Amino acid sequence: MSNSLIDIVNITKQYGHIKALHNITLSINKSDFVTIFGANGAGKSTLLKLISLQSRQTSGEINLSGVPYKKLGNAFKKRLGVISHQPFLYENLSAYENLLFYASLYNVKSPKKVVDDLLKRVDLFKRKDDLIRTYSRGMLQRASIIRSLVHNPDIILLDEPYTGLDTVASKVLTSLLKDQLSDNKTIVMVTHDIQVGLELSSKIVIMKKGKVAFNENITDIDKSNFENIYIAQVTDKD
Amino acid sequence: MISYFKAVYAILKKDLMVEFRTKESINSMAVFGLLTVTVFSFILEPSSDSKIEVAGGIFWIAIIFSGLLGLGKSMLNEVNGGNFEAILLAPIDATAIFFGKFLANMASMILLEIIILPIFSVFYSINILSHPLMLLIIFLTTYAFSLLGTLFSVISVKSRSREAMLPLLLLPILIPVILAAILSTNIFVAGGDIAGSYNWIKILSVFNIIFTSVIFVIFPSIVEE
Repeated sequence: MSNSLIDIVNITKQYGHIKALHNITLSINKSDFVTIFGANGAGKSTLLKLISLQSRQTSGEINLSGVPYKKLGNAFKKRLGVISHQPFLYENLSAYENLLFYASLYNVKSPKKVVDDLLKRVDLFKRKDDLIRTYSRGMLQRASIIRSLVHNPDIILLDEPYTGLDTVASKVLTSLLKDQLSDNKTIVMVTHDIQVGLELSSKIVIMKKGKVAFNENITDIDKSNFENIYIAQVTDKD
Repeated sequence: MISYFKAVYAILKKDLMVEFRTKESINSMAVFGLLTVTVFSFILEPSSDSKIEVAGGIFWIAIIFSGLLGLGKSMLNEVNGGNFEAILLAPIDATAIFFGKFLANMASMILLEIIILPIFSVFYSINILSHPLMLLIIFLTTYAFSLLGTLFSVISVKSRSREAMLPLLLLPILIPVILAAILSTNIFVAGGDIAGSYNWIKILSVFNIIFTSVIFVIFPSIVEE
């Protein structure tokens, strides 16, 4: 029996005349940590948006444990945590108010305790009552990360989460992701940070011009040579 | 799964918290509304009959144009930081998001009317609330404006020319509402036959029922992508 959690089957996404994704087929297993690399405009974020139901494919199908997405709706959304380019936080509310608001949308039990624990986990507890607009970029990113985890999702999608983070914030994020992984969460991350991708992932995907150009398990990859593989894959040889 | 009404309440509470904290919408709406009322009162001769004739029009123009400012600002809070996308990712009905935002916009509009009404009464020497039915007309008009205003602010917010787009989309469709509001208000202001306002009240009520039902059906498809 297949261990596949998310099956992406022949997905095409078209914006007018522009094809952002061409017949993508990809399987993501339960407890996988899949990192998607690729040059800007390769279709990484578009693919993530399709997986997170933020956008709808032009053709093809995405299934969760064999059930088509369109039949799942809110049941799938409840299992999903998304970290985007954008913080997904109201700048005129405090971190605490923001997290309690999102916890209420996900019907989180004992929300105050959950929010307090998460704030402590990323070292923001002392600043929990400060407005989000007073946060530094690193603090904002940390708050954004715990926002996506407030309902304890088992599928986590991250779109370039390391962008703009300082070293401390990067370490906090890596440690948080490792924790999630040890809890058997399924994680899909889009990043340009090769080192982080290689450190955390169980599977590496490289996208080029809306297609999957490379898709290997980490055990089958020569990490010391990966940068060359990556450059060879994303370099335009057409 | 969170119940429908809990989701509506969560969105409403959050919007009111943001507005209470910043007072962005209500401040700009109140200033614009008061300016409109004041400027028109200087144009018209004191204690002239024409003041009575146009009072309803001036009152509703002040309310509706001020309201447009507030609607734009309220949706901007959702777009900044990608919050609207985040709410759509939550396992709640899309219409619950709509009605939460609609109720928050309606609360701001009611607050605006509470601010404008006494000032309007002083400048025009008119008691707009001379009959309890006028409260119903104000409620129905505010409901219609907030309902369609919320819908079109969602539709127009991602447009580059959203400031122009919102009134362009909203005002033509609101013409029956504006007409009903002004003409029925004038009946009360001029001390006319109250029975004449019944048809306008019916029109406003039917308009609200139809558009509430339509939005309930179409809103999920509007926000799908």
